[in-house]
Amino acid sequence: MKRVYVNEKWCLGCHLCEYYCAFAGSNEKDMARALKDIKINPKIKIEEKDGVSFAVSCRHCREPLCVKCCITGALTISDGVITINKDKCVSCYTCILSCPYGAVSPSNDGAVQKCELCVRTAEGTPACVRGCPNGAIVFEERG
Amino acid sequence: MRYVIIGNSAAGIGAAEGIRQIDRHGEITIITNEPHHTYSRPLISYLLLGKVTEEKMKYRGGSFYAENNIRLLHSTATEIDAGIKQIVLSDSGFISYDKLLVAAGSSAFVPPVEGLDTVKDKFTFMSLDDARKLDEVLVQNKRVLIIGAGLVGLKCAEGILARVSQITVLDLAPRILSSILDDDGARLVQNHLESKGIAFRLSGSVKRFEQNTAVLDGGDTISFDILVLAVGVRPNTALLNGIAEIDRGIIINEKSETSASDIYAAGDCTQTLDVSSGQNKTMALLPNAYMQGECAGINMAGGEKSFDKAIPMNAIGFFGLHIITAGHYNGEVYAENENYKRLFYSDNKLNGYILIGNVEKAGIYTSLIRERTPLDTIDFTLVCKRPGLMAFKKEDRTVKLGGGAG
Ligand SMILES: Cc1cc2nc3c(=O)[nH]c(=O)nc-3n(C[C@H](O)[C@H](O)[C@H](O)COP(=O)(O)OP(=O)(O)OC[C@H]3O[C@@H](n4cnc5c(N)ncnc54)[C@H](O)[C@@H]3O)c2cc1C
Ligand code: SF4
Ligand code: SF4
Repeated sequence: MKRVYVNEKWCLGCHLCEYYCAFAGSNEKDMARALKDIKINPKIKIEEKDGVSFAVSCRHCREPLCVKCCITGALTISDGVITINKDKCVSCYTCILSCPYGAVSPSNDGAVQKCELCVRTAEGTPACVRGCPNGAIVFEERG
Repeated sequence: MRYVIIGNSAAGIGAAEGIRQIDRHGEITIITNEPHHTYSRPLISYLLLGKVTEEKMKYRGGSFYAENNIRLLHSTATEIDAGIKQIVLSDSGFISYDKLLVAAGSSAFVPPVEGLDTVKDKFTFMSLDDARKLDEVLVQNKRVLIIGAGLVGLKCAEGILARVSQITVLDLAPRILSSILDDDGARLVQNHLESKGIAFRLSGSVKRFEQNTAVLDGGDTISFDILVLAVGVRPNTALLNGIAEIDRGIIINEKSETSASDIYAAGDCTQTLDVSSGQNKTMALLPNAYMQGECAGINMAGGEKSFDKAIPMNAIGFFGLHIITAGHYNGEVYAENENYKRLFYSDNKLNGYILIGNVEKAGIYTSLIRERTPLDTIDFTLVCKRPGLMAFKKEDRTVKLGGGAG
């Protein structure tokens, strides 16, 4: 299965992936309008310190602790993609407690959020990957 | 192969899913004495709160049993004959097994207090049926006394606060949530709950009940209309009495095997090694139940699986205030107060943590405990302040973000 991989050597720390992620989740057509005057809450997040930066989003683990630990069954594996059913999620944050990468975060719609590889937007390639100007985030098969 | 699972909750479902990872065709029977589709037990307080419906409480989708070719048997297992590998059912039937999983969970402990039988409206808070019964008596002008300021008692309080006139929570311990919080953290959460209208009587216990009055040890009295008993749970171990080793819970190893051959156990009915403290414990928590169950299922079906990373860990929230805790609270302390944070560490290992309010990326800490990561291999100073992958060495990060993960 194709997954998102990150190579910190190429990361510029420009945060564009975060903006593309937030835009992809906004259902708007126009990026500038979608993100105007809002504090974005993307599912991919840049960590940075002392000139090093890299993007972190869900790894779509083969043994996903978040899914096993979810108390409601809101998180499931669907064709390898770790998916959240926002209707079932009660924001108990047990998945935030369990994910070893810090890849699940609170959102403001009553459910948690995490990267779902843009499967819902059906674009083929995740928005963060398309938005990265330096090839630091790739979407590929690595076994 | 005939697999029989006693218990239709997190551990039982984990086992069925574990079996089906390996064996698509073996016969799976789940026996349950609750007359329901598998549901998420922690959601019973959300049901009373009106945040979920019974339909939404389903732990797995409506077609789960059919899709996985599982027979669900509504009955009570009353006895196990390990010699002939047979289970006796309450409706006088029998069922034979090749591999058996006991995932019978835990029951509410009801303390033997004098006069308890004189209380008319008394409840425990463990099951959907308990919640339905409690729901029927909730009326705006009623006063509720909850015995037990643990997770279950307080979740119940949150669930019903808006529907009654008054809630008092009584506990023997001097602080609330005593199994997961330290003094300062407990104080903070208590203040929050008090600000929402819940009253507390700590370091107190009931000497006797006289109908609608609780007489406390010191002589004080509390009047109430509804009594909820939430003092703790006891593992359901009776089925394996004389068959497998039992301490406080059924003793299992990292493969979820009991000491009896072809009999496995998982979840709240078991006792297992807590790797954060090195002690054997009962850990009545859903994630551990699921993972022990899944591990049992894979091994029952002939696969290879170890679950040797159990730790106590909890995510719980009250009226929007989130609390995440894990491990055990021994060693030196790293403390932050603005966003309440306590990290406990010793011997180059993180042992436990408490986060209240800002719980972002808590899983980074959980993972350091679970993996027993030597703290001198990471930037511990940084991770204390800001949990993240930045604290790991570059080569470890490359593995984590470059494909060698999970
Ligand atoms: C109000 C409440 C809130 C909770 N909140 C949380 C939370 O936020 N996070 C968390 O991690 N945990 C929480 N828990 C704990 C969690 O629900 C349990 O750890 C989990 O359900 C354990 O799963 P289990 O499968 O081991 O056992 P159980 O869920 O107890 O299920 C065991 C099942 O076996 C059945 N059974 C027992 N004996 C027999 C028999 N002889 N024959 C047939 N059937 C039998 C029982 O009726 C039951 O249906 C909460 C619990 C409660 C009550
Ligand atoms: S959210 Fe975390 S645990 Fe779950 S699949 Fe993604 S990286 Fe793995
Ligand atoms: S916050 Fe939602 S997705 Fe996460 S464990 Fe709780 S119910 Fe499951």
